[in-house]
Amino acid sequence: MALYSEKVMDHFRHPRNVGVIENADGIGEVGNAKCGDIMKIYLKIENDTVADVKFETFGCGSAIASSSMATEMIKGKPLSEALQLSNRAVAEALDGLPAHKLHCSVLAEEAIKAAVQDYYEKNGIAYDHEQFPDCASCGHCCE
Amino acid sequence: MTVYADNAATTRMSRTAIEAMLPYMDGICGNPSSLHSEGQRAAEALQGAREKIAACLGCSPREITFTSGGSEADNQAILTAAEIGRRKSKRHILSTAFEHHAVLHTLEKLERQGFEVELLPVHENGMISARDVEAAIREDTCLVTVMYANNEIGSILPVSEIGEVCQKAGVLFHTDAVQAAGHLAIDVRAQHIDMLSLSAHKFHGPKGIGALYVRQGIPLTTLIEGGAQERGKRAGTENVPAIVGMAAALEEACRNLERNAARMTALRDKLIAGLSRIPHSALNGDPVNRLPGNVNFCFEGIEGESLLLLLDEKGIYASSGSACTSGSLDPSHVLLAIGRPHEIAHGSLRLSLCESNTDEEVDYLLREIPEVVTYLRNMSPLWRDKVSGKREFLLK
Repeated sequence: MALYSEKVMDHFRHPRNVGVIENADGIGEVGNAKCGDIMKIYLKIENDTVADVKFETFGCGSAIASSSMATEMIKGKPLSEALQLSNRAVAEALDGLPAHKLHCSVLAEEAIKAAVQDYYEKNGIAYDHEQFPDCASCGHCCE
Repeated sequence: MTVYADNAATTRMSRTAIEAMLPYMDGICGNPSSLHSEGQRAAEALQGAREKIAACLGCSPREITFTSGGSEADNQAILTAAEIGRRKSKRHILSTAFEHHAVLHTLEKLERQGFEVELLPVHENGMISARDVEAAIREDTCLVTVMYANNEIGSILPVSEIGEVCQKAGVLFHTDAVQAAGHLAIDVRAQHIDMLSLSAHKFHGPKGIGALYVRQGIPLTTLIEGGAQERGKRAGTENVPAIVGMAAALEEACRNLERNAARMTALRDKLIAGLSRIPHSALNGDPVNRLPGNVNFCFEGIEGESLLLLLDEKGIYASSGSACTSGSLDPSHVLLAIGRPHEIAHGSLRLSLCESNTDEEVDYLLREIPEVVTYLRNMSPLWRDKVSGKREFLLK
């Protein structure tokens, strides 16, 4: 379908890093069922680096493709770099998303941040709260 | 294998329609308004088409107005009734919550002009009863507009009974029969229908052409001003080939209506039975009072757009009422109207068949769809939560 770029379709058809990490070091889940998309990111952290990452997504084609691309972009990267991943970078790596689908790439960014924050919380690691979106107030898209 | 199962969106043109049109694209070029013989040949074709369509609906040819399609016909019918109502200071309009947007948006426009629009709630099976309508009609009701059959979930409304109720109450009754024409028997007189909209491309005719039946004596409001075409009620040079194609397609559909319906119903029920075996899924709409080609399911834990894209990969062309495919943030208003929660409505799939779909195609659908549903569920965190008991299943 011409709605999406070839890159999006490739990641949608052959999503990378789908699945679950048992005993993950950090888990982030964003979105909600009512809006029609939920993204969940599992992280394995070793030496402040993303040793492994998996995702599960309930959502449309671009939500699945955005999750897949985002996991590829942070795998093997230092946490500091993973935290720098922006929704814009995800969308660009996918050769663009239709305007009404850009929020899928936002979810990918937020899911990764939520997973890293979870890792920090679980391990009592001090971190700068400013770096993380306030999910309680981010306003679900359809409510 | 490719399976076109989106016939409620549009149909492939029939050979009959194409062949009827060809002489008016490749030969006769006249304008029906022209006095010369070439023009008069086109005028005759127009008259012939009008007669054929009238015969299919059980009305007189002069009660048929050609429009650009179902949407225009809906707009014109509703605005006509509103204009009549305005003159009599009747400003209450009754409709249903699951009409097509061509109806709903026209009603919203009238609401802004001071009309009071009341949308009757739809029962869980996608039905409303004549009694619901009867109870809601008021002294100042100027129009009841209820669709003949729903485009998404296929439920067939009790149009004859509603027509009778309206006639008794002296209220104009319009029905959007876009999904019904050519698929269900229509007799506007026997069914007490005052106005009816239809669209050619839903019954193997060309796109961009439709018709509005308006009972004689109802003064039609003109939407498009200009020349004297359609007795001055719809200006613009008539699309002669499309009109001829529409008439040929409708005539053929009506001639074969029972045979086609029997064939499609058998395929439909096989599909419904097969898809019902997918756990935590549900049929949308009434199982019995249902368009012969309509199948509409919700699958819990997945989202419709990704389902459509994966089916497309397998050569299966279908549609969904998910927000992502509706172009808005909300899923289908039809699924919400029958009480499906947002989450469930996002996971809907509509398959709409026509008489040329085959048993082999249905077998293919029944092989591929459950696989795709399982694949998507396996990557859905929502599904995982339901399986693990963290969240409740909403569908059995």
